[in-house]
Amino acid sequence: MAARAAPAEMTAEIIRLVDVSKVYGTGDATVRAVDAVTLSVNEGDFLAVMGPSGSGKSTLMHILGCLDVPTTGEYRFAGEDVSRMDERELASIRNRRIGFVFQQFHLLSSMSAWRNVELPLLYRAARDRKQTALNALAQVGLSNRVDHRPNQLSGGQQQRVAIARALVTDPTMILADEPTGNLDSHASREVLEILTGLNRSGHTIVLITHDPNVAGVAERVVEMSDGRLRARVAA
Amino acid sequence: MNLLRTFDTGMRGLLGHRLRSILTTLGILFGVAAVICTVGIGTASANSVNSRIAALGTNLLTISPGSTTSFGVRGGSGSANTLTMDDVSGLEDRQDAPDVAAVAPVVSGSVTLVSASTNWATTVQGSTPGWLMTEARTLSQGVFFTRQQVAKHAQVVVLGTTTAAELGVTVGSQVSISGAPFDVVGILTASGSTGFTNSDDLAVVPITTAQDQITGGSPDSVQRILLSATSTGTIGSAYLEADQLLLQTHHITNSASADFTITSASTLASTAASVTTTLTILLASVAAISLLVGGIGVMNIMLVSVTERTQEIGLRKALGATPRDLLRQFLIEAATLSFVGGVLGVGAGLLAGILVPRLANIAVTITPTPVVIAVAVAAGVGLIFGVYPAARAARLAPIAALRAE
Repeated sequence: MAARAAPAEMTAEIIRLVDVSKVYGTGDATVRAVDAVTLSVNEGDFLAVMGPSGSGKSTLMHILGCLDVPTTGEYRFAGEDVSRMDERELASIRNRRIGFVFQQFHLLSSMSAWRNVELPLLYRAARDRKQTALNALAQVGLSNRVDHRPNQLSGGQQQRVAIARALVTDPTMILADEPTGNLDSHASREVLEILTGLNRSGHTIVLITHDPNVAGVAERVVEMSDGRLRARVAA
Repeated sequence: MNLLRTFDTGMRGLLGHRLRSILTTLGILFGVAAVICTVGIGTASANSVNSRIAALGTNLLTISPGSTTSFGVRGGSGSANTLTMDDVSGLEDRQDAPDVAAVAPVVSGSVTLVSASTNWATTVQGSTPGWLMTEARTLSQGVFFTRQQVAKHAQVVVLGTTTAAELGVTVGSQVSISGAPFDVVGILTASGSTGFTNSDDLAVVPITTAQDQITGGSPDSVQRILLSATSTGTIGSAYLEADQLLLQTHHITNSASADFTITSASTLASTAASVTTTLTILLASVAAISLLVGGIGVMNIMLVSVTERTQEIGLRKALGATPRDLLRQFLIEAATLSFVGGVLGVGAGLLAGILVPRLANIAVTITPTPVVIAVAVAAGVGLIFGVYPAARAARLAPIAALRAE
C-alpha cells in the first residue's frame, strides 16, 4: 500500500466522537436517534458497531461517514472538526478520507466494473485513473472481471467491486454498512475475509452490522441500543 | 472536477441510458420539426393568398353612385346614376389628383356575342384605355382600343381568353354584339379566376359605343369609375383626392351626404390578410401544441428516470461529488440531448419542407423565426426538465438520495 499522509498530530486517533447526539423531529415527536455517544477509533482498528434495527446504528454510521452532521456534540475526523463543516467540505472529506461499502452495493448498472471503481477518482485530482482502478480490482481478486457490468456479476463479486471502489482512493477509513446483508454465507465469508485482510495490511475499518457472527471478525465490538453506546468485550 | 471530465461523465451518462436519451431526443426532434413544418405551411398559404390579392390590383379604387348611408331617406348605392363623364375628366386632372395614376369610367351589361361559328353570353364593359391599367390587366394578342377610337364610337372589342376561346375567334375576327359587327382588336392575358367571377370571361368596348348600342342611357352618365393609385402606398391619399374632387364638383359640403361611394380593393385585401393571419395563428397553435406535447414527453422521461438517478446522485455525493459537480453533469447531459434533438428537428423540418410539396401538393415556406423559436422552446424544455429534478435531488442529503426508491 502507498503510504498514507501522516497525520499532523502524533496520536493515531482517527475518530473522536464526544457527546454526539442526533435529534429528529420536534416537541413530543422528538427522537434521539443517537444519544450522547462518545467513541474513539485509532488508526489500524477494526471496530464493529452492533445493534438491532432501530438502535440508531445507521444514524451513527451516517455521522461517522460524514453523510450527516450531529445535532450536538463534537466530531473530529483525523483531527479535522467535521461537525462544523459545510456540504462542500463534507464532500471533500468523504472523497479523500472515507471508503464506503453499502448493503445494496450501489454500483451504477450502466457502467463496467472498472468504471464503477473509477468513480470516486473523478471527484479529485487523480492521474492514471484506469490503472488505479484496475489495481484496486486486483486487490479484491477481480482482475478477470474488470469489463463486466454489475448485472453480469454475482452478489459477492458486486460487493467486491464496491470494496475496490472504497479502496481506490486509499482512504483513512473504510466504512462498511451491513456489507454482508444481501449475500449468502459463502459470499459473506469471502467479503469478510477481504475486509480482515485489508485490516491486517493496515486499513482502519468500521463495520456496522446486526449479526454477532459478522461482528465477530472485528477486534473490538461496541453495541448500540436506544441510541446509546456501550462497550462489549470481543468474542 | 474539471469541465472536460464533467463532459466525459455526462456523455457516459447519456450512453449508459441509451433508450432514455433516444426518447428524449425524439421528443424534441418531433416538436421542432412539427413547428417548422406547420408554420411553413401557414406562411406558404398566407403568401399565396396575398399574391392572389395583389393580382386583383390592390391599388384599385372603385367609385359607385349613391351613398353608403343605410338609414334615413337616402337610397342604397347604385340607385341613382350620379356619376358623369365630367367627374372622369376631373379625376384625370393630374393637378387636382396627383396620386391617381389612371381613371376608367365603366358601363356594363349582359349580352350575347355571336361569331361565325357560335354564340356566347357574357358581360360587356364599356370603358376607356385607362381600363387596362386600373384593372391591372395586359394583352396577350393585339392592342387595346385608343382614345381616338373611343371618341369616334368605334366598333372594336377586346375579349377575355375564355370568351375568345368559346367564340372561336382571334385578333382580326369579327363578332356581332346586339346585331352590330365589331372587330376583335385584342385578347387579354389570362388572369385566373378571382373570387366568384371569371375575370377571363368578358368583352370590353369603347364606352361611347357601349352607351350607343348596348347599355343605352344618357351618354354622359357612367355606372362606375375605376381609379388606380400610383402605388399601394398612395392609395389613401388617392382616396382623399378623389373624395374632395367629387364633393366639390357635386357641390356637396357635408361629406356624410355624399352621393357616391369609394371602395377599395385593399378593404378586401385587409379582410383576406386577417383570414390568413387567423390561419397562421391556427397552424402555429397546432405547432405550439405539438411542441408542448413533445415537451411533456421529454419532461415525463426526465421525471420518470429521476428515482433511478436519485440513487446515482446519492452515490456520487457519498463518493465526494459536490452539488455543483452534479448540476454540471446533468446540465451537460440535458444540453446535449436538447442540442442534438434541436439540430435533428431542424433537419427533419427542412426535409419535410422539401418532401411535403412533392407528396401532397401543399406549399411550404420556411422562415427563420419559427425555426429559432421552436429550437429555443424545445431546448428550454429539455434543459429545465433535465436539470431541475436533478438539481433538486442534488440538494438532498446523500443518504436520503441513496435510499430513494
